[in-house]
Amino acid sequence: MTVLAVATGTVEAARRIAEGVAGPAADAVDREARFPHEAIAALREEGLLAAFVPRALGGLGATIGELAASCEVLGRACASTAMIYAMHQIEVVCLVRHALSSPFFRDYLAELSRREWLIASATSEIGVGGDLRRSICAVERVGSRVRITKRAPVISYGEEADDILLTARRAPDAAAADQVLVLARKGDIRLTPAGEWNTLGMRGTRSLGFSLEADASVEQVLPVPFADVACQTMLPASHVLWTSLWLGLASDAVGRARAFVRAEARRTPGTTPPGALRLAEAVAALGTMAATVHGGLADFERQQDDPEALAGLGFAIRMNNLKTSAASMAPEIVARALGVCGISGYRNDSPYAVGRHLRDAHGAALMISNDRVLSANAAMLLIHKSD
Amino acid sequence: MSDVITNSIRAILREHGRLAVDASALAEDSNLYDAGLTSHASVTLMLALEERFDIEFPERMLRRGAFASIAAIRSGVGELIGAGT
Repeated sequence: MTVLAVATGTVEAARRIAEGVAGPAADAVDREARFPHEAIAALREEGLLAAFVPRALGGLGATIGELAASCEVLGRACASTAMIYAMHQIEVVCLVRHALSSPFFRDYLAELSRREWLIASATSEIGVGGDLRRSICAVERVGSRVRITKRAPVISYGEEADDILLTARRAPDAAAADQVLVLARKGDIRLTPAGEWNTLGMRGTRSLGFSLEADASVEQVLPVPFADVACQTMLPASHVLWTSLWLGLASDAVGRARAFVRAEARRTPGTTPPGALRLAEAVAALGTMAATVHGGLADFERQQDDPEALAGLGFAIRMNNLKTSAASMAPEIVARALGVCGISGYRNDSPYAVGRHLRDAHGAALMISNDRVLSANAAMLLIHKSD
Repeated sequence: MSDVITNSIRAILREHGRLAVDASALAEDSNLYDAGLTSHASVTLMLALEERFDIEFPERMLRRGAFASIAAIRSGVGELIGAGT
């Protein structure tokens, strides 16, 4: 499947915003390490923050494939914008797939479709060593209210989000892995930022650390255990949407390399420019990455309504492989593009510049460390028999 | 026979389950995940069970539910031991 094959209204709108708004602002967003206000505002205006919300609740009723294609086209223009969009959609997908039995969440999603709220995620916590499936903080129930105090090492775009979906232990006496998700609304939360966000790449995501205090209504706790949401939705949706935007990022770098070689060829008709061979390699590597990412998406789409298959080790291992493979390929492909463009790619002020792409691409293997994901697979492979 | 299996499962849980509570005190239908069993510890637990009972859990049993309680583990182990004789 290619982006063109699913070029529906949702994807077309994302492409217009990518080309018209996110792309032109990408260098400023990167330089100033600022939130991509203009691109997120444009996505809001087109109703794209509610893309995955069912039509019956006022959303666009998009599929996972359309979200992935949207992330890919946004990733070509501005990886930070695409990552913010991806992370928001991951939260929405979790709510749509696991919380519709709750009147509160149905109302919330209907309202999100009208107001185009942006949701951030606070799943990591200081002290658990990056393990999504363990929490230290706990939901403390006081009458019909719940209180949570969490030290979050990162909450991407936490300052800009309307709401935050966070993980916590179900109760103060619950085990570390006995977690629930809680949707804390802006008015429920007190955020105290810890430190700044001055990084090599993905600078527009503004992924600051915070200490977070939330005081919410008990109905804002998701009605299902996080264990189910994580394996059936959050992990596969994350890996599919992230790898899609990394594919977009790598495609744009290769696109710049193609443009560079074409310009060279025009200057010296009759001779194949020296970079053309390296470009051919880069295009082949990009094709492999595209097959990996689109294959992972098709895998998730095939299994998405089968909770047993989604909970199986085979599926978890394949989704982890999708993440680690694409995360290693992205910076490798961008580096090939840089090799093709040479000094023109190295310069920040040239149309063939790929420095931002390279810096952003290096985040892929670090944001949820590839080593951690591979270690999880190493453990699962000890008991996994076959597919 | 069933008691022998249950006692072995409890012993393996004590050694490898890294539970927040003492495995000897757990009810047979207590949820092990609620008692602190992590996905990482469940892998170690499965390997120890395979070694102790000389069995191999087939793919269809590698589900959260199959290791959710002592009773669930005993039923899985019992099925595999039965199948092997």
